[in-house]
Amino acid sequence: MELILETLGLTETAALLSLSSPGWGANLLRGLANSLQIALGAFGMGLVIGLFGAYGKLYGGPILRDLLAIYTTVIRAVPELVLILILYYVGTDLINKLAQFMGYGRVEISGVVAGIWVLGIVQGAYATEILRGAIQAVPPGQIEAARAYGMPALLTLRRVTIPALMAFATPGLANLWLIATKDTALLAVVGFNELTLETKQAASSTRSYFTFFLAAGGLYLMVTLCSGVVFARIEKWARRGQPSLRQGGL
Amino acid sequence: MTGLKSLMQPHRLVLMALFAAFVLWCALSMRWDWLPKYAPLALEGLWTTLWILAVTTVLGFLLAVPLGLAQAIGPWYLSAPARIFCTVIRGTPLLLQIWLLYYGLGSLFPQFPWIRSSELWPYLRQAWPYAVLALTLSYAGYEGEVMRGAFSGVAKGQLESAKSFGMPRFTMFRRIWLPQAIRNVLPTLGGETILQLKATPLVATITVVEIYAVSSRVRADTFIVYEPLLLLALVYMVIAALIGLAFKRFENMGPTLRR
Repeated sequence: MELILETLGLTETAALLSLSSPGWGANLLRGLANSLQIALGAFGMGLVIGLFGAYGKLYGGPILRDLLAIYTTVIRAVPELVLILILYYVGTDLINKLAQFMGYGRVEISGVVAGIWVLGIVQGAYATEILRGAIQAVPPGQIEAARAYGMPALLTLRRVTIPALMAFATPGLANLWLIATKDTALLAVVGFNELTLETKQAASSTRSYFTFFLAAGGLYLMVTLCSGVVFARIEKWARRGQPSLRQGGL
Repeated sequence: MTGLKSLMQPHRLVLMALFAAFVLWCALSMRWDWLPKYAPLALEGLWTTLWILAVTTVLGFLLAVPLGLAQAIGPWYLSAPARIFCTVIRGTPLLLQIWLLYYGLGSLFPQFPWIRSSELWPYLRQAWPYAVLALTLSYAGYEGEVMRGAFSGVAKGQLESAKSFGMPRFTMFRRIWLPQAIRNVLPTLGGETILQLKATPLVATITVVEIYAVSSRVRADTFIVYEPLLLLALVYMVIAALIGLAFKRFENMGPTLRR
């Protein structure tokens, strides 16, 4: 092993990236864990917001529909970086006001929670649009049939609408998950220790920028490629029983 | 006329009144006294944002056409690198790419004396070339994927008829293939250009002074938090709306399928 590193001239790189103390590998992995945690939380929160938002947009009253239209339009037109700052300040202000009102002192908000809250609201806007399109793509006869059997609304959602819309929503949601993992990097700007910021700290204290940024790029790429495989399987599962379009099944 | 009529529904009037009240409250009770002092800087920043956006989308698109073509019909030794490039660009955060180029190349270049003595050195010492390079590559990566689909989506009969007329290959590409491919993906390109606009504030992290950097500076100088951010969000919304309108016009310029 060491011989291979020696011949490739990578001994220094391996030492820099090693997991034990002089190396920075452990810091990078901790950053990756933080990033994934936030991405998962934000994606989940976005899905919940998106499901409610899609239903509101399709079946809600005129006021709710207009409000949701404003929400999705504004979120999708303003850069994530600006939204992160605004939502971060608004969130901390609101929580501190609430805490003062209830008689507590200043509350420290953990970076993970703030990140999930901020990115979740951003993801919610995109998820709303994706799920709205997917619900519209479900043949209305299926939902009507469920209603005709007297199925309650929630049961219809769980047993009919969600399984049927999965096939249409999966590609969009896969894209959204990738956006979530990459958007966690923006939290570096507000000083949260996720992968990109850990990388920058490691790089600037050792002055070997290429090593660390390329290593972090490799980590992000690994996450992306693995998620691609997972989502391909989910889509295959969601499309089971549907005729394949490739073989001219139509 | 219908647009006006749909705006005149009672609940929309109430919403608009509420919104107007909110704007009025913002204008009256928030602090805007910093605005005249920073207005020239803000205009400069706005100009920087706009030219970076324009330059990187045009250059990125020019790079995306060969990338898409290589992936659609190229031999494997062209399509494989193009696919890898697109995957890497789309699989890593843009912020990381920007920092890799700026800090990485920026620390590498001074080690070579011939670069330091070259005429490009005064430019390479500034931040904007790295910002333009990173944003161009990023746009090319995303658009290369879009153009791959666009090139393979053009109807085969069109290309065959061009060939049967004896059209040279380059003319066929220029007159038949490229225009149809672009027209098919114009809506996507519009969306991607807005995404590119939303990526521009990232270059503020490598000391390019664009509109986002100006707002950060106002926040740091005056400790006013919300006002610069809200104004900034408004500016981005207006630019995004203008891009959307421009692409709508492009789409209407070509003949459309009547359905």
